[in-house]
Amino acid sequence: MAKRVGIEVSIALAEAVKLANVDVIPAYPITPQTHIVEHLSEVVANGELDAEFVLVESEHGAMSCCCGSSAAGARTFTSSSAQGLLLMSEILFIPGPMRFPIVMAVVNRALSAPISIWNDHQDIMSQRDIGWIQTFADTGQEAFDLMLHAFRVAEDRRVSLPMIVNIDGFTLSHVVEAVELLSQEEVDQYLPPFKPRYRLDPRKPITMGPVGIPEIYSEAKVAHNEALKASKKVILQGWKEFADLFGRQYNPIETYRSEDAEVLLVTMGSISETAMTAIDTMRDKGQKAGLVKIRLWRPFPGPEFRKAAGKAKILAVVDRCLAPGAICGPVGAELRSLFYKVPGAPKIFNFIAGLGGRDVTVGRFEEMVDKALVFAKKRPKELYEVIGVREK
Amino acid sequence: MIPEFEKFKRFKAKNLPKEELLAPGHRACQGCGEVLALRMAMKALGKNVIVCMATGCMEIITTPYPQTAWKVPWIHIAFENPASVASGIESAMKVLRRKGKISKKHVDILAVGGDGATSDIGLGWISGAFERGHDFTYICLDNEAYMNTGVQRSSCTPYGAMTTTSPPGKKSFGQVTWKKNVPGIAVAHNIPYVATASPAYFLDLMNKVKKAALVKGPAYIHIYSPCPTGWGSAPERSIEFAKLVVETRVFPLYEVIEGRYIMSRKITKPKPVQEYLKGQRRFRHLDEEHIAYIQQRVNADYEKLVRLSEMT
Repeated sequence: MAKRVGIEVSIALAEAVKLANVDVIPAYPITPQTHIVEHLSEVVANGELDAEFVLVESEHGAMSCCCGSSAAGARTFTSSSAQGLLLMSEILFIPGPMRFPIVMAVVNRALSAPISIWNDHQDIMSQRDIGWIQTFADTGQEAFDLMLHAFRVAEDRRVSLPMIVNIDGFTLSHVVEAVELLSQEEVDQYLPPFKPRYRLDPRKPITMGPVGIPEIYSEAKVAHNEALKASKKVILQGWKEFADLFGRQYNPIETYRSEDAEVLLVTMGSISETAMTAIDTMRDKGQKAGLVKIRLWRPFPGPEFRKAAGKAKILAVVDRCLAPGAICGPVGAELRSLFYKVPGAPKIFNFIAGLGGRDVTVGRFEEMVDKALVFAKKRPKELYEVIGVREK
Repeated sequence: MIPEFEKFKRFKAKNLPKEELLAPGHRACQGCGEVLALRMAMKALGKNVIVCMATGCMEIITTPYPQTAWKVPWIHIAFENPASVASGIESAMKVLRRKGKISKKHVDILAVGGDGATSDIGLGWISGAFERGHDFTYICLDNEAYMNTGVQRSSCTPYGAMTTTSPPGKKSFGQVTWKKNVPGIAVAHNIPYVATASPAYFLDLMNKVKKAALVKGPAYIHIYSPCPTGWGSAPERSIEFAKLVVETRVFPLYEVIEGRYIMSRKITKPKPVQEYLKGQRRFRHLDEEHIAYIQQRVNADYEKLVRLSEMT
């Protein structure tokens, strides 16, 4: 039976990986991801999990090792953050087209320079186009549940793609929350053993990763993209069956008090929790504000988002990432594209907030909503604003 | 001594495996010493192997999709990381065997990279895999420059050699540095088996590859691989150069078994290095002074190696 415990979110996530009975964990330390791999190395050392813990020399080595492990047919997990994720970057683009269902927890952190260990989404946004399925957790329970969902979806033969679960560094990873941990029997009911379609095996030799000559490269890239888009069906199915078994329903886009809202905040990750409080405060004041949270970032759930946005006239889109020199932040740009020339589309304003661990308070969310209302009357010069920046 | 070597039956000209695991019809240049060395290595290893290959000539000439020259399982991920990919495969097979998910039978794992992949960009990855002690063999096919990208110098390019990034000119005589001692770096990791080989001595090469596969833990083989395209040498002379490089002591053949150096072929009457250098366009600009310097360093390196073999 599941048990509800007070637990650090990193440890809860690592417990999910343990319950998934993962085979190989190539890992390299980086803050704030370390508690996950520390806990996993502990459970391997104690014999609670029979896995190979590969102490690689870098994150690049970690992802390379993950590719080899997954190609050989092992359930494979790693985790990283920020600079580490970027050191992996060259290899991150490879398991998608090669259809290796590697699962990774990315504990989101700001990028250098200046060096910062604190939270924002610049790391994962810089790796937006690696061709992995990507979800975001808001709470410890979600981190635990989404991890199990990730193994199930990634390894499904209809999908066979790598998958990332994002959790915010420190503000989510290092907090102690009440989390319902599923039992081994419950997890086994939900997550079947990994049975790869292909593996490196001398009895059935295959060539993996050949040269993509111009006559085939486009087709290979399109095939990967189609597989990524088609994975949504399995992602939704995975969440539905999770709900059927354990009662917690996840959706690609979540809403909070959005039904009759005129202005909607759009968030991703753990700041959504604060945003919900902000919505309550604004509602108490009689303001028709609501919240839309993006849980599934890739493949982007366009129809679901349009439906969730409903008849709202204004979207105040929060990005945890500054895209230097761009028209607006990555989430802002995605939504502007989604609504471009759609009849009755809402006006979209983009707010960059919470860079490098800067707190995004209830007051800041209220400020964003107020500003969006002003901008809707008088279009601002720039399509985004960085919130809470001191001018001197 | 390594117990696996006791059962080891050496390859002889009479018992060479006939089966080609690296099929002909690949796209290597005429006279390519690298693909020849690789073919011999595959013959020595046999079918029960998984090959992880770095980006490079051997990767592109053998796998232009939808064709493949490989009759054994083969994987390419990127340039610098075949040692890490091999680490992942080895770890996966270990745990899957333990969990009864795959056959208990041992499978050899081979990682292959060129000199650039090995001595420059991938050195840290190899070091990591050696330090962790994975049971695999790493072969460096050393053609002494980045040939796949158009003959740029690597840290394995010999002193004085002309490449497209070490061109001789008014203020330069070609490569200014001495070849990096990668086998020495491998030895420093205290791995059980390290060797050098040349395709001109094919039985020696094949026996070393077989030993490397037999040994438990990491093994490293550095194979000299003539490249007529990059060196400006006649394709039909590749084997001759692969022999001359040994006879002039420029590339000595040796093994290091559990830290003990063993000379595979003692060159008591060395030919002058000049004999090796001539006939290769990459060296033709060198004057007598440079050649004398090369001769002197070759002598010193060889003597050092002999001393190591006497000491250990």
